[in-house]
Order: sequence, then C-alpha cells, then structure tokens
Amino acid sequence: MFNLVIGQYVPMESLVHRLDPRSKLISMFLFVIIVFLANNWLSYGLLILFCLASITASKLPFQFIYRGLRSVFFIVFLTFILNLFFTNGGLLLFSWGWLHIYLNGLIQSIFISFRILVIIVITTLLTLTTSPIEITDGLESLLHPLKRIKLPVHEFALMMSISLRFIPTLLEETEKIIKAQAARGSDFTTGSIKSRFKAVVPLLVPLFVSAFKRAEELAMAMEARGYHGDEGRTKLHRLVWNNRDTVLLLILAIMTIALILFRY
Amino acid sequence: MPNIIDVSDLSYRYQEAGSRVLDHVTLSVKQGEWLAIIGHNGSGKSTLAKCLNGLIQPEQGNVVVSGYNTKDESAIWKIRRRVGMVFQNPDNQFVGATVRDDVAFGMENHGVAREEMLQRLDEALKLVKMEAYADQEPHRLSGGQKQRVALAGIVALQPLIVILDEATSMLDPEGRRDVLETMKLLNKQRGLTVLSITHDLDEAVHADRLIVMNEGKVIRQGTPAEIFQHAELLEEIGLDLPFAVKMERLLRQRGLEMTERPLTQEGLVNALWTLRSTM
Ligand SMILES: Nc1ncnc2c1ncn2[C@@H]1O[C@H](COP(=O)(O)OP(=O)(O)OP(=O)(O)O)[C@@H](O)[C@H]1O
Ligand SMILES: [Mg+2]
Repeated sequence: MFNLVIGQYVPMESLVHRLDPRSKLISMFLFVIIVFLANNWLSYGLLILFCLASITASKLPFQFIYRGLRSVFFIVFLTFILNLFFTNGGLLLFSWGWLHIYLNGLIQSIFISFRILVIIVITTLLTLTTSPIEITDGLESLLHPLKRIKLPVHEFALMMSISLRFIPTLLEETEKIIKAQAARGSDFTTGSIKSRFKAVVPLLVPLFVSAFKRAEELAMAMEARGYHGDEGRTKLHRLVWNNRDTVLLLILAIMTIALILFRY
Repeated sequence: MPNIIDVSDLSYRYQEAGSRVLDHVTLSVKQGEWLAIIGHNGSGKSTLAKCLNGLIQPEQGNVVVSGYNTKDESAIWKIRRRVGMVFQNPDNQFVGATVRDDVAFGMENHGVAREEMLQRLDEALKLVKMEAYADQEPHRLSGGQKQRVALAGIVALQPLIVILDEATSMLDPEGRRDVLETMKLLNKQRGLTVLSITHDLDEAVHADRLIVMNEGKVIRQGTPAEIFQHAELLEEIGLDLPFAVKMERLLRQRGLEMTERPLTQEGLVNALWTLRSTM
C-alpha cells in the first residue's frame, strides 16, 4: 500500500519527468476516462501504443513498470477468468459440463484485462516520474478553483504532504514497538487469528499515543514558525507550464476524438 | 543595550484548577546577549518559552517583545517572525518533505518573495553546513542534522531572538557542539540574541547571563560566576553543578584554596597549574 505512494518515485532526467505535474495529472485522469471508450482492437491498439510511447519517453527500465504491475496480476487474472466464463454470445469455443466459453467472452475478457493493465501502467508511470511533493503541489493548484466554494484545498494538500513525510517516521516507530513488545514475549506471527489480533492491540495503543503527541508538537512548531493558513503565503515550488505540457494535452484530446470515431 | 524582551509579573497555569506553572515571573532579555535558563524538570522553562512568542497567552502579566505585546493579536505574526524557536525533538518539528522544503516552510508562511527565499535558503543551508543534503528526506538524516536543518529554517527568517528549548539534548556531543558553534557565530557576528534553555551546565557557564527557575519562579539571575558561587542553593533545588565548580569545591574542602573560582574545565586547569607559581 505504501509503495503506491512513496518510495516509488525514481528521480531521473527524461521528458516525462520534466512535464508539469498538472499536465500529467490531467492526462492521467483523462486517460482513465477515455479507456472506457475503447471497444475494439483498433482502439485498444491505440491505448497500448500510447502506454508504450510514454514508457519509452520516461526512459524508465521496463522492470520498474513491471514491479508496479506484479501486485495487480492476480486481479487481472481473476477478472479475465470471470469474464471468460460469464459472458455469453457468439461462437461456442469450448464446453465442459456447465462451463462454456464463447468467442465474445474471450474477446471481452482480453479487452477488460488490457483496460486494467493500461490504467495501472499509466498511474504507475505517474508516481514513478513525479515526486510526492510535485503531486501535492499539482493537486493543490488544480483544485484551487474549489476554494471559492470554501473547500479547504490548501489544508488538504498540506495534510497530504505531512502524512507522506511522517509515514517513514511512523513505520520506524512501529518497528521499534514491535521489537519492544516481542522482547516482552508478545507474538504476532503464530497462534489463532484471535490471539494474533490481541497481540496487535498493545502495538497500536503506544503507536497512537505517540502519533498524537507528535501531532501536537508539530502543530506547535508550525505555529511558532508562523504558519497561519495559506493567506499571504508564498511558495518555494513554482509550477511552470511549458509547450510540452500543452502538446501532451493535445495528444490526449486527439486520442479522445480518435477513440470516439473508432467506436462506430 | 536595550531590552528586547520584557516579561513582567507573568503567571500561567494549564488547567483552571491546577497549580501555577509560572508564578509571577519578571525578567528581561537584553539585545545581543546569550541568556541561559536552567531549572529542573517541570520548573516551567518550556512554558515560559511558549509565552515569549505568543504560543500561549499569559493568565496574568505581560510579555513585550521588541515593543509588541503578545496579547495584541494583530502583532502576533510580527512577534513570531522576530522570535525563532527550536524545540527538543528533531523529528516533531520537521514539516517539509525534504531539507529544502523544511527550511523554506517558515519563509513561505511569512510571505517572503521567492527570489529572496531561494537566496536565503542557500545561505542558511551553508551556514549550518547542510547544503550537500538539500534534497534529502528527513528520515535519511541523523538527529543532529535534523536539528541543524531546524536551525537553518529559523535563521532564514532572520529573527532577532532565537530560543533553543533543550534543542541539543537529544544530540550526541558532536552534534551538540555543531549546533552551539553555529549559534555562537550568529550571536557574535550578527548580534543575534540567544535564549538557551538547557540542562547542560557546561553549556550554561558560557552564557553571558543565567536565570535559574524553580517551581515556576525565577529564583536567581546573574552571570554564571555569580550563580555558581552559591553552589548550595543550586544543590538545594536539585540541580547539578558544572564539573569545574564541583572539582574546585572538593579541592577547597581538602584545603586547596585557589585565587579565583573557575567555571570551565579550561579555567580549572589554568588555575591549577598556576597555583604554586609565584611571580
Ligand atoms: N500541555 C500541558 N498541559 C498540562 N500541563 C502541562 C502541559 N505542559 C506542561 N505542563 C505542566 O507544566 C509544568 C511545567 O512544564 P514545562 O514543560 O514548562 O517544564 P520544563 O521546565 O520545560 O521541564 P523540562 O525540563 O522537563 O522540559 C509541569 O508540571 C508539566 O506537567
Ligand atoms: Mg521543557
């Protein structure tokens, strides 16, 4: 789970790395939506082509992408099987007892698997090429208009970046507490589910107590350093929208039109 | 030198029904001085520090920082810009995702323009010798390095006063020396006022002035030499003595009278080797 957000980013020099986080975020959301427009080989071909082109432009070794995919293979496999057996219509390819596989089912399950795979590839690519700070900055800037309807966008972004910053600290602390409890004879790895669950409680309580204490101290330190919301605040990070970002959005727009045309 | 902080008749308690954590405290801090506050655990030192930049409001009395009263809500951000504070736990004051982000945090809050921010950022990092770590994440830094980053974040704000609330207590001797050396440099070269809350008496003897707190009261103020003359009083309230002072006392009990009373190890050595030399 943590791997999804942090420790993923691979700092490198590439076209994709240099893109503005906002254009990457918009493209990703757009991509995830237009994937659902695809319904034939041509449109899926286009999506896969886009993925391959993005990976190449990111200069990331393919194994990084593969690592991100590995954890979802099971889900892809499961949806593949379910679609395979439960979609009817078309030529009957195979039949054994109550199991029937139709041609439509096979095509459908291949399409759906591709759909999941390209979505995962693109989102993984985003987290691999964009640092968490860039992502939060990008989100804050994109959601900025929502401030007008009194949504705490800045606070949300700050919360997100502080959480990201504290994940390693809290993981370290958890490890320490686990060791401390294990030294006192507590056992998390064997026994019934109930007894394991019971062993987790003395782990969570000190963890929460210390997290609250940290939160209080951090809030005080932030106030001492003059934090008072985003009023009159300047920013160290400046997002710069370049031509390449506009081009990326254009490519996505063209892809959207193409996918709509391919549909019919 | 004019006073930069004036605390008059300050009282504070955390709970309505609780006892006073600060009890009619009156003191002042002069511009450019290095003031150390000592006192045992729970004597109210941190509470006093939090009153000085308006993190908490006095129940009674006034705190005036370079002309602004902390009760004046419109001045609170001006006060916080003038009073920088480094806390004890290096982990719980690191806000940014990287060293650069953390040093910039205070400047962002105070609306420092970006160009200037970048310049001050580099300067501050250089000052604490952390420029090589600018893009590091906090969990890859040692406690001492984090504390130096915290210091850089404060220095970048160009405050008039820096309060160190046991800022070096979690550091090893080397980390402690690094932080203190940096502070001394700023104190001497830029006339920065330093208020250091500490349990390290060997650090306190280097201060220009010393304040001793006990149970929410200021019970003594003076130069380190004056304070440590009355060793009995300090021992009475449960404080330890600097090594040199202890040594000198033991020697005196053995009948070895020195002409002066050394406070530091170096002073002790000098006093000892000149003891029998008659010139
Ligand atoms: N947030 C709080 N809520 C309630 N009581 C508090 C709080 N913080 C401190 N106290 C109490 O106030 C008293 C003074 O605490 P303070 O932290 O000022 O002492 P200190 O001199 O800084 O001690 P130390 O040397 O341990 O840091 C203590 O008795 C403490 O229990
Ligand atoms: Mg304290």
